[in-house]
Amino acid sequence: MTVVANQTGVLIAVEGLDGSGKSTQVNLLHHWLAGHNLRVHFTEWNSSNLVRGATRRGKKGQLLTPTTFSVIHATDFADRYERLILPMLKGGYIVLCDRYFFTSFARDAVRGCDPAWLRRLYGFALVPDFTLYFRLPLETALGRILEGRPRLKYFEAGMDLGLSPDIQESFRIFQTRVMDQYERMAAEFGFISVDATRNVHDQQQEVRRIIGGGIDLARYRSRSPRRR
Amino acid sequence: MNAKRCYGAPPPGVDLSKLSGALIVIEGPDSSGRTTQIELLADWLRQNGYPVAHVGLKRSRLVGKELERAKGGNVLSPRTMSLFYASDFFDQLENRIVPALRAGSVVLADRYIFTPMARDAVRGADREWLASLYSLALVPDAVYYFQVSPRTLIDRTLNAHAGLDYWEAGMDLGLSRDWFGSFVKYQRMMRLEFKKLQTAYGFEAIDANRTIPTVHAGLKGRVRGVLARLYPSHQVQ
Repeated sequence: MTVVANQTGVLIAVEGLDGSGKSTQVNLLHHWLAGHNLRVHFTEWNSSNLVRGATRRGKKGQLLTPTTFSVIHATDFADRYERLILPMLKGGYIVLCDRYFFTSFARDAVRGCDPAWLRRLYGFALVPDFTLYFRLPLETALGRILEGRPRLKYFEAGMDLGLSPDIQESFRIFQTRVMDQYERMAAEFGFISVDATRNVHDQQQEVRRIIGGGIDLARYRSRSPRRR
Repeated sequence: MNAKRCYGAPPPGVDLSKLSGALIVIEGPDSSGRTTQIELLADWLRQNGYPVAHVGLKRSRLVGKELERAKGGNVLSPRTMSLFYASDFFDQLENRIVPALRAGSVVLADRYIFTPMARDAVRGADREWLASLYSLALVPDAVYYFQVSPRTLIDRTLNAHAGLDYWEAGMDLGLSRDWFGSFVKYQRMMRLEFKKLQTAYGFEAIDANRTIPTVHAGLKGRVRGVLARLYPSHQVQ
């Protein structure tokens, strides 16, 4: 038996503002790829079990400064990157990431962290093969969030920045600045823009066309029997 | 002249022009006498009318608990561990060291960025990555590195704990299955790493093989010089 080591997987990230619909889209993409019996793994920003306790405590007690906010999220990312993302890529998987280090580059820069420092902090991680950027006008994203989920969280709304005592207004200003950062990164990292104003189905068709056209899916067919 | 600076850009929200006081760091391995000497220094400083603040590693509210848990079982990758320690450090930097310096205190730090940097480097972390990560740290007004001979370190460690600590013996590195052998190798690696850091960051070596009163007397002399510069109007006996 020959063991093929270091097979190359594909790293796919989705990014965009809160309310851009990227989680829905990556979820549908995941189902589509898994449905074709491909080797695929999905991971979310800020979801490592080990780090979660500290993040939650920090957020709840509002103990976090821009720097600790940034480093603790990098800790979460490093844990998932080294235990899951990188081994999965080496094992020849398609790895789907709901948010990647670009989220930190955008949010933490808005909080005043030095962009060059942030890029070095995450310097250990690969740049994704595909970064799908779900792009939509700011007002549309704000509308989706502010209508559907009026109870905003402190850090999510950027309240730590003292932009406004009104949480909704703070969220609005914070998201404006985050969007500005994403727009600037689009060229730097070669984001593939997806028009996120359209309906879910049309967007998903485009996402599947991009991924299906960009990689040879047959290479990622699972060798183990399909789990149902 | 008491201008504080960081190795790189300061952390967002930290106004260096508002800081005074003194940041004095003691580094060195466990059983080198750091904690004893810090207590003696703190007493002496308080007697001379200086407000004193103590800080150390792994004492932050933010991640102290997770670090203890992670040390219990070897479940985190070295990089995750690095970043956890860095979170702990920055939490203390911004929530304890900076406020104490704003109030003009003498901050005595029982280890600083150098111990985590050395530990991470011997575990394979990229040194430039570490230097960048910790570039937000304040440059201390003095760093004293307690050097002890391997023989003294072994005697003191065995005498104090009747055994070796898993991490201080570097058992996670798989250097040797024999704890004593691993301890000796690991401490040598740490010494070499500290030597590199000493060249890069310029700290003063203290011969910590000597008795407690001798080391204390030497330290007082050095600290007196630092304070004369930072608190020019304050008289010290």
